[in-house]
Amino acid sequence: MKILVGIKRVVDYNVRIRVKSDGSGVDTDGVKMSVNPFDEIALEEALRMREAGTAEEVIVVSAGGDECQQQLRTGLAMGADRAIQIQSSHALQPLSTARAFLKIIEREEPGLVIMGKQAIDDDNSQTGQMLAALWHRPQATFASKIELNGTTATVTREVDAGLETIEVDLPAVISVDLRLNEPRFVKLPDIMKAKRKPLDILSLEDLDVTVEGNLEFGNYSPPPHREKGIMVEDAAQLVEELKNRGLI
Amino acid sequence: MTDREIMEYDVIIVGAGPAGLSCAIRLKQLKPDLMVAVIEKSAEVGAHILSGAVIEPEPLDELLPGWRDNPPPVCIPVEKDELWLLRKEGRIKLPTPPQQKNHGNFIVSLGAMCNWMAEKAEALEVDIFPGYAASEIRFTEDGAVGGVVIGDMGVGREGNEKDTYMQGIEIHAGMTVLSEGCRGHLSKQLIRKFDLDKDCDPQTYGIGMKELWKVQPGKSTPGLVQHTAGWPLDSKTYGGSFIYHLDKDRIAIGFVVGLDYHDPEFMPFEAFQQMKHHPMVHAMLEGGEILSSGARAIVEGGYQSLPKTEMPGALLIGDAAGTLNVPKVKGTHQAMRCGMMAAEHISETGSAKGFDTKLRNSEVVKELYKVRNIRPAFYKGFWRGFLRAAIETITAGKLPTTLTVHSDDSSLEKLGTYTAPDRKWMDRDLPPRDRLAAVYFAATEHDEDQPVHLRILEPDVCITRCVEEYDNPCTRFCPANVYEMVEEGSGRRLQINSANCVHCKTCDIKDPYQIINWVTPEGGSGPAYQNM
Repeated sequence: MKILVGIKRVVDYNVRIRVKSDGSGVDTDGVKMSVNPFDEIALEEALRMREAGTAEEVIVVSAGGDECQQQLRTGLAMGADRAIQIQSSHALQPLSTARAFLKIIEREEPGLVIMGKQAIDDDNSQTGQMLAALWHRPQATFASKIELNGTTATVTREVDAGLETIEVDLPAVISVDLRLNEPRFVKLPDIMKAKRKPLDILSLEDLDVTVEGNLEFGNYSPPPHREKGIMVEDAAQLVEELKNRGLI
Repeated sequence: MTDREIMEYDVIIVGAGPAGLSCAIRLKQLKPDLMVAVIEKSAEVGAHILSGAVIEPEPLDELLPGWRDNPPPVCIPVEKDELWLLRKEGRIKLPTPPQQKNHGNFIVSLGAMCNWMAEKAEALEVDIFPGYAASEIRFTEDGAVGGVVIGDMGVGREGNEKDTYMQGIEIHAGMTVLSEGCRGHLSKQLIRKFDLDKDCDPQTYGIGMKELWKVQPGKSTPGLVQHTAGWPLDSKTYGGSFIYHLDKDRIAIGFVVGLDYHDPEFMPFEAFQQMKHHPMVHAMLEGGEILSSGARAIVEGGYQSLPKTEMPGALLIGDAAGTLNVPKVKGTHQAMRCGMMAAEHISETGSAKGFDTKLRNSEVVKELYKVRNIRPAFYKGFWRGFLRAAIETITAGKLPTTLTVHSDDSSLEKLGTYTAPDRKWMDRDLPPRDRLAAVYFAATEHDEDQPVHLRILEPDVCITRCVEEYDNPCTRFCPANVYEMVEEGSGRRLQINSANCVHCKTCDIKDPYQIINWVTPEGGSGPAYQNM
């Protein structure tokens, strides 16, 4: 079985992000970029499946400008067999990404597609679901445990009420949650090996995908500044202060 | 023998700073077939670099001709120099000493510049590995340096192997170049092992703290370089500030204190914060916000403290050796020249032998010789230092005397024998509120489940002698609040918040008992400086 893993280049989780002064987006100038942490978990799971013998090949796919090749190389260094870049000069919205992924699926015919439950930049959590719908295949989102049993997969999902276990027919789209696994460290020699692994670049034209902007971005703004607090002596004063502010 | 995986290179360079990257680039320019790798403990090249920084561009012209057409991301030509002597309320403008005239120089972010240099190196097929810490030296059978061992990853707090455990590999190389920067932890071991400092004075250091601010429009003057001396430091404490005005309403502000200060109760971080509240500085910063902050020790011993820079199989370059020029407040041009010289030496001879002599006959050391008496002149207080500095400058260091440099760990006075001057410190209103708030802007991160990388060799001293003699100065000199004494039952206990560490190395230097040993944590840990 072939596994397709979607990975996205995002601002590193440890970076304190800042909104550009003109409100047109987040400042990424000189900012550290990484593989979306959820996607890293997805890739780790795919690699474990290959190591367990249930999959033969792991392909990492990313959509974006040439800078996302860095993240694809990281995926290859972690252990993916090859990489595909869907070349796009600007950020794709979830529906366009899903359409482009579908074209890759048609070419590669994978038995499973795994990706993070959401990217930590826009927090959309849409691409996986849209892809499953376009592909007319089952989806299992927010997975914290995955078991493959031949033609089906048993997936434990993290839902509001707790855990839910479902069975889906393969091929399917699975989006993964934080608790699924802890991704491995990359071995130094593997970084060198990754440089020689195949990385195919396909343009949106090659894939015959038309990009539409279904969403329009109005304005970005940082959360309001927190006002300086005061220390209160007792509950009575707290009530008093809340009243003074018209909060109760 | 070892069962570790092995990678082989001709040259392994430890530390992707200006010295190491210059060496790597020059090596590949001279001998494209050499296999060269650079190992770097920060997750991304430049993320552990902290510097002013005003740089002299000549070494860049030499290394990367044409760079001016495609400059590093932050690069503003210096327009004007100012030197101020501060008092709590007022200020006096001092003439700018010739070493500090910056006409033709550039204000850069050294972190961003290193990242930019790393791209140039990679284009020449240098293998750069950020996120991996060189934790030990690998010695060959005949006792020479033969490469480095990369630290294991995925090791738990008690030394246990976690699920993600990955054994570090060995990198074997005919030549190892140590460019770890000031107080490198491998350099420190090698200086001791090969007795490289037996013919020189002890090394002396400063601690530099820096914040990058976005100020209100119109409050910065791009290209303006300001330095201050005086308040909030007393005349016996060496130090001062730098205020570099960048583009896009950004100001890089920093404060350096000589680590030979005497007062056991002194807190360098607080001195920095006080300086920001001088009316001249406060007016610039008010209403602005901090983008990034951090701290790093600076090597200040210069000519007298320069150890031997070669040993079998390895070279020491840049701040790891100690080539920074204190009166110029610059080290980058020296580090880069050192790196290039090391590359030229390696490609000519293939050995370490003869590098030290070459370095001592070069511009790098000649420059240090000229200014050798300026920093130690300030041992006698600000005004005597100032006078001596003026004489040394006029005579270009030709006076026959050479002042001795002292070590920093013995400079603290004991409690009771020292009366601190009235520092006249004031209430503050600018961020950060305290050291923890400052650490937030350093974006430092360490997996809590890993061995503590600040090793206390004799923990009993902390709760006995040190309490009585110095009142635990580690709780004050550390700019990141790593060390805390916690009252527990009948006594105190030292708590080490190692996750806060910004890798400045001050504790390793200033601890009066020399029982704190800084070792590299898991690769990729530490601060994530942006444009510092």
